[in-house]
Amino acid sequence: MSEKLFLITDEVISIQEVVDKVVHPNAGAINTFIGTVREMTKDKKTIYLKYDAYISMAEKKLAQIGDEIQERWPDALVAITHRIGRLDITDIAVVIAVSTPHRADSYDASRYAIERIKEIVPIWKKEHWEDGEKWMGDQLEKTPYPTGKPEGEHLS
Amino acid sequence: MIKVLFFAELEEIVGSRELTIEKAELTVNEVKEYLKDKFPALPVDRAMIAVNEEYVDDTDVVKTNDIVALVPPVSGG
Repeated sequence: MSEKLFLITDEVISIQEVVDKVVHPNAGAINTFIGTVREMTKDKKTIYLKYDAYISMAEKKLAQIGDEIQERWPDALVAITHRIGRLDITDIAVVIAVSTPHRADSYDASRYAIERIKEIVPIWKKEHWEDGEKWMGDQLEKTPYPTGKPEGEHLS
Repeated sequence: MIKVLFFAELEEIVGSRELTIEKAELTVNEVKEYLKDKFPALPVDRAMIAVNEEYVDDTDVVKTNDIVALVPPVSGG
């Protein structure tokens, strides 16, 4: 296993390994988000997905999300692992673990992390359906960025 | 020499993950114009641009040995 808190891997993700990275005596809560591969999106049936990433930058941007979380929730500990390569239905694509002293912050910080992943982390999903395939764009439907990049506070 | 990286659909359109531009210095905007010229089908303006793994503005300058990446809208998670 990797000791990295922010990791892109082409191997199956162990939820426990990600959780173990944020275990801390001051934590009263560990919130775990598990993103999995969904079969049906509206009426379209996914057969499998392929994820690609700009790995070095993606790990850096995941670490940036960790920094942003610690600015907002100073006692939080964060670990994120995202898988790339071919993933089948129900496979785990991403695991986010956040520990905090009190539970409310762990939910908020976890939600923050997944939303930011969808904004700034260079990872791409290619959907493979029965009748075709397509690289998916921004799922937040805010594309294109008018200035060619995420704006304002989303940067730094 | 400036290295440019392409990912996802952009990689498929270019047919390669990377190319080099034989220039010592360009603005980000000039890199984009160069790419639009070379690959008319490439949706350059839909991509964010990163230089050395950080997002940049069009007016920023790219120098020799820098690595430019075209980052199409991301879809991780």
